[in-house]
Amino acid sequence: MKVSIPSPLLSYTRRSEVDAEGTTLAELMADLDRQFPGLRFRVIDEQDRLRPHVRFFVNGEQILDLSRKLEATDSVQIVQALSGG
Amino acid sequence: MASGSDVVVLVATRKGAWLYRSDSTRRGFRVDGPHFLGHIVSHVVLDPRDRRTLLAAAKTGHLGPTIFRSTDLGKTWAEAKRPPAFTKAPEGVKGRAVDHTFWLTPCGPSEPNAWYAGTSPQGLFRSDDGGETWEPLNGFNDDPQYRLWMGGEQDGTPDGPKLHSILVDPRDGQHLYLGMSSGGVHESLDGGKSWAPLIDGLEVVEGLDATDATFHDPHCVRLCPSDPDRLYQQNHCGIYRLDRPGRTWQRVGKAMPGDVGDVGFPLVVHPRDRDTVWVFPMNGETVWPRTSPGGRPAAYVTRDGGRSWQRQDAGLPPEQAWWTVKRQAMCSDQGTPLGLYLGTTSGELWQSRNEGEDWQLVARHLPEIYAVEALGLSA
Repeated sequence: MKVSIPSPLLSYTRRSEVDAEGTTLAELMADLDRQFPGLRFRVIDEQDRLRPHVRFFVNGEQILDLSRKLEATDSVQIVQALSGG
Repeated sequence: MASGSDVVVLVATRKGAWLYRSDSTRRGFRVDGPHFLGHIVSHVVLDPRDRRTLLAAAKTGHLGPTIFRSTDLGKTWAEAKRPPAFTKAPEGVKGRAVDHTFWLTPCGPSEPNAWYAGTSPQGLFRSDDGGETWEPLNGFNDDPQYRLWMGGEQDGTPDGPKLHSILVDPRDGQHLYLGMSSGGVHESLDGGKSWAPLIDGLEVVEGLDATDATFHDPHCVRLCPSDPDRLYQQNHCGIYRLDRPGRTWQRVGKAMPGDVGDVGFPLVVHPRDRDTVWVFPMNGETVWPRTSPGGRPAAYVTRDGGRSWQRQDAGLPPEQAWWTVKRQAMCSDQGTPLGLYLGTTSGELWQSRNEGEDWQLVARHLPEIYAVEALGLSA
């Protein structure tokens, strides 16, 4: 499925949209980390919590649960939230 | 420097890192940067064992913490494969997550690829592969008594609680010290497996219990390379000296001028003289402005182990300069005479080529400076 990448992560992916696979958001992030080592830890902490200023949207809906099921046709956006000056 | 070595000054800021290089005269610096523009860089350290490897502790406003590593003095960088991270907590238990790595310490020559890292919230980590992968020292990080002393996220500095001042005894890599803000000074004799407080003689804020490490706030602890049995510290409550095997700190800051006081953040020890130390006082009155007293920045030096202190402000702004110099933002090189460097939160980098007798501006208009380290590029 297509995954939209925010600018802070372009140093990993080099492009703003990438393909990744997974039946859950957690699996999708594991696949992204396989393709782009180090990316996952920058957005998900060691307790498997989303970091404070990163959000996931699936088909336009904000998702906070990494166990959220995904379909191959879903569109996933990783979004940078406001984080101050 | 008299030794003929080029010197590099590593400046970590809230918006990236800069490297300033000079020849042995230390007159005129060539700037290399920014590195990691936009990253919050807490510390950049050059490995004194090879004088080529750099580690940088970084995060951004959006992205979590990581360590960048260069083996060619900053020409190229690679990210750590496994940055410092706490062990995942069991189901149902709220585990801790590293917000940022705050402090980096290379181990001694007998452990050529080993480093320690201190984090916020407070944790201790070690790498044995030059900073590629990091493991938590869980005997310390998960110790119930230490977790109590570390306090919660509200119990540290405005940027969060910090584990800092990780010191390795150059004679014995198993002998370690560290500082916790807050939480006190602690010592390990077994390579960090077990720790014990070293807080006797240290004062705490009036009304609190000085026997409880919770209330202690060492800002910066240094070990004298010329005599590893001597430690100094700049504490929230004064400047102290400790001569081992003694266990009771002496408040040598009482000899500072009364209108300046002995509050501050950084402390620099002379690498070749255990009696010579510099501090950079901050105003600790009433609401704790933490700025240069009276708006007149100055270093203070002792050359007799803290019995007396002399003001060193030649070249620094004489008035209306409300500087803050953070705990990692003042250092020395190893030249002769010794060079000193300091960075302000207002983004100015200053140097002294003569042990503080006078000061020159190296750079201004930088972001808020968090840390300054300097080292000659040859031993």
